[in-house]
Amino acid sequence: MRAWKFGDDINTDVITPGRYTVTTDRKRLGEIAFIEYRPEFAKEVQEGDVIVAGNNFGCGSSREHSPVAIKAAGISAVIAKSFARIFFRNSVNIGLSLFVCEDADKIDDGDTVEVNTKTGEVHDKTKGIVIKAKPLPEFMQRIVEKGGLVNFLRSDGYDNV
Amino acid sequence: MASTITEKILANASHQKEVASGDYVVTDVSYVMAHDSTAPLAIESFYKITDKVFDKDRVIIVFDHFFPAPTVAGATMHQKSRKFVMDQKLSGFYTNGVCHQLLAEKYISPGDVLVGADSHSCTEGALGAFTTGLGSTDIGGAMATGKCWFRVPESLKFNLTGSTKKGVYAKDVILSIVGDVGAAGALYKACEFTGGYVKNAAVASRLTLCNMAIEMGGKNGIIEADQKTLGFLNGRTGKIFRSDPHAAYENEYEIEVKDIEPQVALPPVVDNVETVSAVEGKPIDQAFLGTCTNGRLEDIEVATRIVKGKMIARNVRFIVSPASEDIYFSAFEKGYLQDLVKAGATICNPSCGACVGRHEGVLCEGEVCVSSQNRNFSGRMGSPEAEIILASPATVAASALAGKIVDPRDYL
Repeated sequence: MRAWKFGDDINTDVITPGRYTVTTDRKRLGEIAFIEYRPEFAKEVQEGDVIVAGNNFGCGSSREHSPVAIKAAGISAVIAKSFARIFFRNSVNIGLSLFVCEDADKIDDGDTVEVNTKTGEVHDKTKGIVIKAKPLPEFMQRIVEKGGLVNFLRSDGYDNV
Repeated sequence: MASTITEKILANASHQKEVASGDYVVTDVSYVMAHDSTAPLAIESFYKITDKVFDKDRVIIVFDHFFPAPTVAGATMHQKSRKFVMDQKLSGFYTNGVCHQLLAEKYISPGDVLVGADSHSCTEGALGAFTTGLGSTDIGGAMATGKCWFRVPESLKFNLTGSTKKGVYAKDVILSIVGDVGAAGALYKACEFTGGYVKNAAVASRLTLCNMAIEMGGKNGIIEADQKTLGFLNGRTGKIFRSDPHAAYENEYEIEVKDIEPQVALPPVVDNVETVSAVEGKPIDQAFLGTCTNGRLEDIEVATRIVKGKMIARNVRFIVSPASEDIYFSAFEKGYLQDLVKAGATICNPSCGACVGRHEGVLCEGEVCVSSQNRNFSGRMGSPEAEIILASPATVAASALAGKIVDPRDYL
């Protein structure tokens, strides 16, 4: 799976410009991911590819269109040094896998990588290295295990918290 | 245990004696808000969970990002949200102001917990409440349950002392702070503003300070309620919490505001902050006064003072959108809107469409806009090749007159 590398402070206007978010259609949102910042992304991204980024990925607006667009484009995981908090919650809630990884820098654009979503191990096959991501906090893992917030609230909800 | 105001509000709302940073809590929410851009996704999530909101008087929908609808797609989004408002018999549905200003005017009291499907929901924390932005699925969940989960944040204290120089405003103060702290410097943290400057500041200015907590990555902005707050609340009371003297802060910033000059944030990120002198003389095409950051009466008043009896530069459009109907009426009664129009300004309905590039002030390639808003990201107001420079209302108005970025102190 190909790594798509981005820098620090990638904001929600870069991921999904406000003028394009006048829809809730997943397929359409997948087509507009990074439409102005990196127009080739949506055209060339393959199912299962991963995004690798620096600090504060997803900063800016609370728009959930951003993680939805990334997921709909086919991205299986985002690996970053840190995430903006609303983007982080939104991704957990919609089932987009995120990994906080201080060594994200070691991966370059176009590298072939494999992510073990259970252990958080990221194998960069191009470089022949394995780097380790931090696991999610236990509370958030419970939401992810249920498949996102909607399913979490439909089952136990907050009763057993 | 000594606690911060944020910890106390989250303890109260989660029915616990005390909580500490790092704890995960489930709290009751006082209000849940979504606007025309984020409500449709929230409604989709909501109906997957249940078919009835937890309280029809505590779920609030505001059309402000693209009202009246500029496109068929926008009208379709509105239709979906309007149906939800009617089906759920919501009492709080507004099309006459920016969501954060309306919530501050009509709903939020000290001690409340507000979750809003808009990142600038940190604004209303200026009234002594815990208010934060969330995405649509979280908001759909809160509409259904009246509850939300949080990790109790570590707190940062910003102790602001002294008085600003003439021509320097709350916007300059918060831009200066964002420049120092950085776009991720307060990531996941509670940003508590305190000190003599804050105590003397009007509620409008306090809202401006808290509004930009998110531009440092903050979870919430918060200011303890006082007599000024109570005066603003129009009879609402709430529950006043205060930080204990020995409460634990992750970091404390001592800021003497008299040293701050008029500030600008240059594209393409908000923490790219300079003094206005760095870009003095740069030609502009548009000046925009409004938004949840700076669309209040004190902002319109200072802008009016600067342009009254003069004419803005011929090649500049000066767009003014009061942040709410109440502000619009007050500005009209005081004659500000008339003076602004006579000076060449265009007055738009109370909304925030220009800030998010939807309508009422879209930029094309190569254009430069000086704006009182809070974000200058590439493409936010239209073309990604346009430049957005953030500044105070005074700098915006003075620059509209001059046709280029200027120091507002020469115009006051």
